[in-house]
Amino acid sequence: MKLDPEARYAKTHEWARWDGDEIVCGITDHAQESLSDIVYVELPEVGDTLEKGDVFGVVESVKAASDLYMPMGGEITAINETLEDAPELINQDPYGEGWMIRFKPSDPAEFDALMDPAEYEAFVAEEEGE
Amino acid sequence: MPFIPHSEADRKAMLEAIGVRSIEDLFEDVPERVRFPELSLPPGVSEMEVRWELETLAQVNFTTTDGPCFLGAGAYRHFVPAVVDAVLRRGEFYTAYTPYQPEISQGTLQAIFEYQTMICELTGMEVSNASHYDGATATAEAVITALNVHRRKRRKVVLSRYVHPEYREVVRTYTQGMGLEIVEAEEAADLKGLLNGETACLIVQYPDFLGRFEDLTPLAEAAHAVGALFVVVADPIALGLLKPPGEFGADIVVGEGQGMGAGLNFGGPYLGFFATRMKYVRKMAGRLVGQTVDAEGKRGFVLTLSTREQHIRREKATSNICTNQGLVALAAAVYMAALGKCGMRRVAELCYHKAHYAADRIDALKGFTVLRDKPFFKEFVVRCPRPVKEINDFLLDEWGIIGGYDLGRDYPHLENHMLLCVTEMNPREEIDMLVEALGEVGS
Repeated sequence: MKLDPEARYAKTHEWARWDGDEIVCGITDHAQESLSDIVYVELPEVGDTLEKGDVFGVVESVKAASDLYMPMGGEITAINETLEDAPELINQDPYGEGWMIRFKPSDPAEFDALMDPAEYEAFVAEEEGE
Repeated sequence: MPFIPHSEADRKAMLEAIGVRSIEDLFEDVPERVRFPELSLPPGVSEMEVRWELETLAQVNFTTTDGPCFLGAGAYRHFVPAVVDAVLRRGEFYTAYTPYQPEISQGTLQAIFEYQTMICELTGMEVSNASHYDGATATAEAVITALNVHRRKRRKVVLSRYVHPEYREVVRTYTQGMGLEIVEAEEAADLKGLLNGETACLIVQYPDFLGRFEDLTPLAEAAHAVGALFVVVADPIALGLLKPPGEFGADIVVGEGQGMGAGLNFGGPYLGFFATRMKYVRKMAGRLVGQTVDAEGKRGFVLTLSTREQHIRREKATSNICTNQGLVALAAAVYMAALGKCGMRRVAELCYHKAHYAADRIDALKGFTVLRDKPFFKEFVVRCPRPVKEINDFLLDEWGIIGGYDLGRDYPHLENHMLLCVTEMNPREEIDMLVEALGEVGS
């Protein structure tokens, strides 16, 4: 399982990373691997304001469709439009080209409440063990 | 393997677990008097006697095979070629369940694929799903698709009042509790006036419930101007002759496919068709069969897409339609294939010309006037000198003719107006007989 040392992680398997005063967000390497080949992703509209835990989109693979949850609250400032035609980027590069949304966080402190890479790794191991 | 899975001991254990003494106690919330009512049934009779009894009862009915029929209003009598049933009744097509497994379902999947392809050609659209239960549910699914296209941010649905009255009811039933604002109007100008930035879709029927058709381009443009989807409920038989809604700029075309190979069947099973643009395919209800190649490069068919269904989306499904109307869709596919483009056009032309012959003759009768504000296809409205029910009773009792639909039921301003339907199934002699019978009413 690949991890981005800069990112923080949600229990619902999204990652969040600072870029200037905005957050970039996608799903983790572990999430893309569990979903297998991703065929479609639905993202919010720029300007939407969402709370932490709100559904911001749907990712659909050959196995299942899953909701995507905001790791922090904020206003969407950009979406990765290339994913519409190339959803496989999420499989290939989940922390880079496969990013999903950028948003302006309403409460930057929510970042610190997320798991760091080591905590997330332990969380996944525990979940797998169940 | 036991065929009765629960033993007495199993039942006892389950009842104990939930703290109930007997199975009867589970029904104690049902009022005493209706809980275990005494059924006063006659003594049993033999199969032969039951058959006689039922045949005697059935003989009281007057059906569409017993006399001329001029009733349409959503359910249409069109000729069903023998080849339809010959294919339909092959045992290979009978299944209790959906063809998830392409390894064992190539025939069914190919038939659905061909059905989808022909529906697209007929409607002028880019993609068709594998079908719905009937025209009404397909219309309701179009509304839900439009809501999803707008991410449920738009809550207004504009409906033409000349969409089938029962379809409009089903739309309301289907969407109740969703907080929608469903508004109706009769004329194009009023429909346009209702459109705004909150409108998810505009729905019209083509030909409309009164049988009339017109250029839908202005309505399509008006809907698109406010970002709403333009939904057309179409009669597939009419599309053999009329310009397909796709060419008017429709975003979704739905309708009742019963007229294509299914017969009237006492009201069901019918067939809802649903076609849309590729850009909305992810929001489309139901499922889609696609053509692909297998590991050896040979052509094959699979369920390609079912994005809104429960087996993929689980509790997030936005459609409960997890099946398609397989056999009736197959009937439609065989019908379309058997008739071909020329045959479909010929059926539509026969309907059109016979309906116009009937309308011209009825219009000449004293007391009757055909409404001719717009062109019509196989149905037309006649203003009658007496209540429609009286006229229909007279036609049936005195002439053995099934008359038209009483429009006063749904449209107060059309009291004493009858909707008559003429198809290729009405020979000239039947039309002349209807004219003669109506002549007696008017004099």
